[in-house]
Amino acid sequence: MAKKNIRIRAKMKDDVAEVKALMSHPMETGLRTNKKTGKKIPAHFIKEVVCEHKGNKVMVASWGVAVSKNPYLSFKFKGAAKGDTIKVSWDDNKGESATAEATIG
Amino acid sequence: MKRRTFLKGTVASGMLGVAASAGLLAPRMVLAAWPEAAFNAKSIDDALSSLLGGSSTAESSDINIKAPDIAENGAVVPITISTGMAAESISILIEKNPSPLACTYALGGSTLGFVSTRVKMGKTSDLIAVVKSGGKLHSAKKTVKVTIGGCGG
Amino acid sequence: MKKLLLITAAFSALSAPLFSQASPVDDLKAFRGYFLERFPNVPLEEFANGVYAVNPAQREQWEAIEEFPPYEIAIEEGEEMFNTPFKNGKTYASCFRNGGIGIKGDYPYFDEAKGQVETLESAINECRTKNGEKPLGWKKGKIASISAYMAYTTRGQIIDVKIPHDQRAMDAYEKGKHFFYARRGQLNMACAHCHVDNAGNRIRANTLSPALGHPSHFPVYRSKWGELGTLHRRFGGCNKQVRALPFKAQSEEYRDLEYFLTYMSNGIPWNGPGARE
Repeated sequence: MAKKNIRIRAKMKDDVAEVKALMSHPMETGLRTNKKTGKKIPAHFIKEVVCEHKGNKVMVASWGVAVSKNPYLSFKFKGAAKGDTIKVSWDDNKGESATAEATIG
Repeated sequence: MKRRTFLKGTVASGMLGVAASAGLLAPRMVLAAWPEAAFNAKSIDDALSSLLGGSSTAESSDINIKAPDIAENGAVVPITISTGMAAESISILIEKNPSPLACTYALGGSTLGFVSTRVKMGKTSDLIAVVKSGGKLHSAKKTVKVTIGGCGG
Repeated sequence: MKKLLLITAAFSALSAPLFSQASPVDDLKAFRGYFLERFPNVPLEEFANGVYAVNPAQREQWEAIEEFPPYEIAIEEGEEMFNTPFKNGKTYASCFRNGGIGIKGDYPYFDEAKGQVETLESAINECRTKNGEKPLGWKKGKIASISAYMAYTTRGQIIDVKIPHDQRAMDAYEKGKHFFYARRGQLNMACAHCHVDNAGNRIRANTLSPALGHPSHFPVYRSKWGELGTLHRRFGGCNKQVRALPFKAQSEEYRDLEYFLTYMSNGIPWNGPGARE
């Protein structure tokens, strides 16, 4: 089982903070069948991803099962500076969650 | 006995209401933030109505969709949506997927109209980006071909 | 403009000259020369990127994935496993030169004591069994993550497989070469038919990658697998696709094939782990 893992790369480009995140998650759609048992593999996917900066939610993503396995996300925001911390967290449909912080370079 | 049945029937709203007023659950956590109905909707119109309150969008040339013409593998299609508009949200729908709404992004006040991610596409389909800006819905679309690979199957 | 698959006669008119060369050095020259001529705008080191060196539309998607490749997670996991001691207190570092860092280029090599080709994965499992641990599955999962980490620390070094003056080593090389050019399966096709004769052409919606540089980017995260897989996993998959019974991972056939293919990629940078469709 892959560890719950969020890798973040954040850096300033002029006055914009560019954030890239790669998360370890099966993002199982619930539509696939286990070939050996014939049963449907239950859906297991990240529902929400929140990125916070200085207490503000700069981005809240709501995801469905169509987001790829080991999902990737990138976004940009203003009002940050080199050295600031950003936090990325996710919650999935099974009640699991993960969170990670990164310094903007 | 009767009372129990009565409570059972209304437990959905009743109990939660009691809990909230008793200060046990903050309203923010009681309400599901995740737009379940929108993600379960089987048509683009239903998904948009449920998610954004309306399904009519104005086509905009100020929304750029970067996506392959032919996806190398439908399980991982890299896409980037960008717009110069002040965007409150960006939503991505894949018309021919079992449930068209793939993902939606609520953007903070100083967040740019830009999002990049990787999505699953079941078959050749239009990829539609809907941007909410100034209270209005704007959209753009691009056809992405998805085929069965010859090697990988 | 579709370029369809060309299957020509017995040993294929195009790759036949490549098959009949005299020595490994001549083979390598002919092999490399064929691809450099077939793809005149692709420098030798770019062949480390496989199909993306020869197909711009797919390259764009690959570059988007390389922005933050999914195998990074596996590299991290591999590193952690690599540094975790066995029950007896020793670590993988004790089994390899330079503590196991930057040494993927040592493999494959012909082990004169054992009389067979040794691969990185076989060395990883040997290290485990030598230290009282159970061997890992050959094709994916933990072994792939450890291999990915070791490949990553070797990135940029140049592939330089040697064939010692030992008839058994020459035999292993020749067996691998023969495997590559021999027809197999219900579709009766050789590796060379797709990856030499038709490199760059389409097979349905896929583009065939050139064999030059093939082993350079393994283990590989395939979108199709949604995870990493080793070189021998891919060998088995490819054999199944021409409807041939695959050999077992780390079988003599696949180890010899790896030996031949990697030698043919001498001069190209190690570029693992890779991301592919």
